[in-house]
Amino acid sequence: MAVELTVAEVRHVARLARLELSAEESVHVAGQLSAILDHVEAVRALDLEGIPATSHPLELVNVLRADEVRPCLTREEVLGGAPAVEDGRFAVPRILGETP
Amino acid sequence: MSGSPVAAAGDDRLAGWETVVGLEVHCELATATKLFCGCPNRFGAAPNTQVCPVCLGLPGSLPVLNRRAVELAVRVGRALHCTIRPSTFHRKNYFYPDMPKDFQISQYDEPIDVDGYLELPSGRRIGIERAHIEEDTGKTAHLGGGGRIHGADRSLVDYNRAGVPLVEIVSRPDMRGADEARAYVAELRAILVASGVSDGRMEEGSLRVDANVSVRPIGAERFGTRCEVKNLNSLRSLGRAVEHEAARQVALIETGERVVQQTRHWDEVEGRTSAMRSKEEANDYRYFPEPDLVPLAPDEAFVEAAAAGLPLMPADRRARLAALVPHEADGLLPASTADQVATTVDLGLDDLVVAAMACGADARLALARTANEAAQTPEAARRLDPQAFARLVELEASGSLSATQAKAVLAELLAGGGEPEEIARRLGYEALGSGALVDALDAVVAAHPAEWARYLAGEDKVAQLLTGQVMKATKGRANGKAVAAALAARRG
Repeated sequence: MAVELTVAEVRHVARLARLELSAEESVHVAGQLSAILDHVEAVRALDLEGIPATSHPLELVNVLRADEVRPCLTREEVLGGAPAVEDGRFAVPRILGETP
Repeated sequence: MSGSPVAAAGDDRLAGWETVVGLEVHCELATATKLFCGCPNRFGAAPNTQVCPVCLGLPGSLPVLNRRAVELAVRVGRALHCTIRPSTFHRKNYFYPDMPKDFQISQYDEPIDVDGYLELPSGRRIGIERAHIEEDTGKTAHLGGGGRIHGADRSLVDYNRAGVPLVEIVSRPDMRGADEARAYVAELRAILVASGVSDGRMEEGSLRVDANVSVRPIGAERFGTRCEVKNLNSLRSLGRAVEHEAARQVALIETGERVVQQTRHWDEVEGRTSAMRSKEEANDYRYFPEPDLVPLAPDEAFVEAAAAGLPLMPADRRARLAALVPHEADGLLPASTADQVATTVDLGLDDLVVAAMACGADARLALARTANEAAQTPEAARRLDPQAFARLVELEASGSLSATQAKAVLAELLAGGGEPEEIARRLGYEALGSGALVDALDAVVAAHPAEWARYLAGEDKVAQLLTGQVMKATKGRANGKAVAAALAARRG
């Protein structure tokens, strides 16, 4: 069964991902995403009874490290690429609705 | 109850309504390093000095899970009677400067701990839906533009906290009202500290609480629409916020409006909640499996090793202490005794009482002197020699010391240690020989013939006055019970 993603749905997802799409791009992407969802539907249609879900392509579990401190970056390195810095911190545009 | 106007008004405004509360508690884990990298997990360092490519989300960096954080999450699960199960990690995506990666790694549909409970001092069990591992976010400080030279409104971000390991413990909506919500957090905090999982410092953000609050008419089965209240940084804030939010919802419903499900921010100064702009449109976090982390599947050996050495939890310690003191005929503990048990365990003084009882001290009296007197200086009380304390309790139980005298001796014991018998002697509390008591009584009767006559005529309340006179004559060395007995004997 074919999945028809609407342009409105594409716009919603694009907004969540902070992507700016033109009207034509939205229509174009709607078609592409619908094709991907079609493929998921095709897999879903298979009889997967008794087949355990795949959590990760690697058959590894419990990859852990010891709780030991390692060197950090220097503050100069940390802030070196920041567009704006103040008081040793990253200065970013204030988020709407946040109170000082 | 706090004495705030909000709390006082709360009772009236909520008449006929039941407040339903579920809590989400974020607990920072007491590890040496962050969840996915080797940066120190330490409060209070200079901003952006405890960060590396992993917690900054720089390209090419990869997270590796901290073994100790998993062990502590297992301890949380065990302490809260949860099932500990295989789990996976997801990315929770949102755009907000508190996470440099633009996502937070968290456990989503497969958390490590599920289906547990916590038992309150009242005996009520609060269900634990789940406890999952996730990383903490950075800290943002919002600056206003007004008055500052470099004008524009902006936020300053410190990523030292980004990546610090957390467990988020989600209760079922089993609490009824602000008091029970506070009792739950106090108990949970005690459990986390006892388990060595957290330092429990709410003021440093080690424990942070979000409350889901709804109201329903008393007797109704269906839950009302809930609101989530954030920014609760103390037990006091939690209590006030729950009461305020419940009253706000009741007022809405009673005026024919309806409660809209939303996230609200608690303003401690204003004493009210207000709607928050959510971090992301419709809370659509587009969770997907974290490809850089493989599943976690702790086997039995791992779980047992992680949970090894868990001490008795507060509820077990209350039960142990309660079992040692006399119960009423109906098998229940008197409410005042239950309170004493809770206080004693809360202050970590139950070992003292148990040890004193093992030395032969009277159970009820040992508990009362601990919860009422020793509890005033809990640190000194924890250093008290149980044997000396047991002997003091016995001096009082046998009538050698009056209650007042025993308390004075206990105060000395707490202040500087020593032997109770010696302190009693030094304070002049040597029990009067029966001969001295008879002499004192003779003198009092002779000096107060009218009162004595009234006492002989059956006016019992005069006994108090006569006893007081004997105490005065003996400079408080007589035992009140012994005086009363001597008076009664003399009347015949």
